[in-house]
Amino acid sequence: MSTDDLYQEVILDHYRAPRNFGALPSATAHAEGHNPLCGDRVTVYVQVEGDQVRAIRFEGSGCAISTASASVMTDALSGRSRAEVQALFAAFHALVRGEPQPAGAPPLGKLAVFSGVSDYPTRVKCAVLVWHTLQAALAGDQQAVTTE
Amino acid sequence: MNKGAGVRPGAHGSPAPFDVEAVRRDFPVLHQQVHGHPLVYLDNAATTQKPRQVLEAIDQYYRTTNSNIHRGVHHLSQKATDAYEGARGRIAKFLGITSSAEAIFVRGATEGINLVASSYGRHHVGPGDEVIISAMEHHSNIVPWQMLCSERKASLRVVPMSDEGEADLDAYEELLSARTKIVAFSHVSNALGTINDVKRIVGAAHDHGIPVLLDGAQAAPHLPLDLEALGCDFYVISGHKLYGPTGIGLLYGREELLEAMPPYQGGGDMIKSVTFDVTTYNDLPHKFEAGTPDIAGVIGLGAAVDYLQGIGMEAIGAHEAKLLSYGTRALQQEPRVRLIGTAPNKAGVLSFLVEGVHPHDIGTILDRQGIAIRAGHHCAQPVMDRLGIPATARASLALYNTTAELDALLQGIRKVKEVFGT
Repeated sequence: MSTDDLYQEVILDHYRAPRNFGALPSATAHAEGHNPLCGDRVTVYVQVEGDQVRAIRFEGSGCAISTASASVMTDALSGRSRAEVQALFAAFHALVRGEPQPAGAPPLGKLAVFSGVSDYPTRVKCAVLVWHTLQAALAGDQQAVTTE
Repeated sequence: MNKGAGVRPGAHGSPAPFDVEAVRRDFPVLHQQVHGHPLVYLDNAATTQKPRQVLEAIDQYYRTTNSNIHRGVHHLSQKATDAYEGARGRIAKFLGITSSAEAIFVRGATEGINLVASSYGRHHVGPGDEVIISAMEHHSNIVPWQMLCSERKASLRVVPMSDEGEADLDAYEELLSARTKIVAFSHVSNALGTINDVKRIVGAAHDHGIPVLLDGAQAAPHLPLDLEALGCDFYVISGHKLYGPTGIGLLYGREELLEAMPPYQGGGDMIKSVTFDVTTYNDLPHKFEAGTPDIAGVIGLGAAVDYLQGIGMEAIGAHEAKLLSYGTRALQQEPRVRLIGTAPNKAGVLSFLVEGVHPHDIGTILDRQGIAIRAGHHCAQPVMDRLGIPATARASLALYNTTAELDALLQGIRKVKEVFGT
């Protein structure tokens, strides 16, 4: 198995020129993620309106897989409902762990470039760090919404 | 016990010339393919591979001798005790320790440091006192002292280091004062490979009457050691970084300090007599070895030092120095590669960065070519913070590595650059 399957051109492109990179002044919530093993750090900002993720950006530093994952994720989730985000997370998780797609999973679109990660068990954490951080941001936002 | 754990030809006479191919034949794990490539194992600072002599000594012990030590009246127990204590004597001698009473078995360097921080530290460090460590310590030589300082309301003082990875010993000497109760320093840095001037470090502290603990986890595999000549007060090693098994290490302590220290753990074997009113502690080194120890681990480590002595630490050091300078030159000449840790006096470690590529990605691409390195902060986060980098890729050397393997590493790095188009 060649590393080209992991480091596809799309991934390298998003690593070199991450999309949606930087703070989001209109954010309604944010969360920080950290992988102490390799020192990767990521902050995810979301602007949630009602049920919809209107905008999503990230900052941080990390390896090619974690940076590209954050970049592609933010592209893929902008404008999605909470339910769609959860369904895509489940589908993405299954993809990078080499598990079958859940029943009724939405199409992965560009997220499918991470299929190669399933052959690199030590790198699964890199791919999902930003997703877990997003979950924390969304949970925080939900809490803020309920307390208000 | 050490039948089968043979020493190399020349061990009893003039040393045989160092033959890396013969050495490699002693290490079964090296002879395998990883991802379709011959394994190139360059993660020796994390742990070294084990020669068959060590594997056989452990296997023989369990097959023929297994028994508990220091208590049985029966034949096997006596044999096991002799093997265990015999190994202690040989390991002590290997490190330049005359008295076995000063050689305490622990699980590893980490436990050795914790023992000293807990037993010596808590009885000598009080409010307002200071403990000195350096900026290049492994977490195991930071956290136990932090815990001690926080418990005893003392402060941790840190000796700075240069961009090249050299400790600033002038600053160190300035830090030494009447408040300093102990100095803890690495002999060789695990992240950078710097060999510290431990003679000067020990001497300066002793001028103030301050004891010094040296973390020798990365020194013992590369340098001939004579701890008594060095004059340090405590020294710790990890067996698994010295071609022995995991789970065994050694703490050297000067007898008068150890005698005055309270036990670290209570239990069997560390006592002379126990009643519900009073317990009399055992003599050194047993006072610090509560419970049934890792007998097979000690026997395995004994076989490892026999093996190393058979080859000779001087010959090993010379071979590794050749590898280190070969690898240093190769990496320094390679475009877009930056060597991290360029102190003039180094052992065993080539830490590096490739421009535009995270060390984790370097590690993955090298792994697919059968090359095992470490990527990360190497349990030395303050070193990374000091140098302003999140992590490094680290290739670390052992006696069985070859220049051909370093050529493979360089080819691997070129592949990394090709994948990333840098």
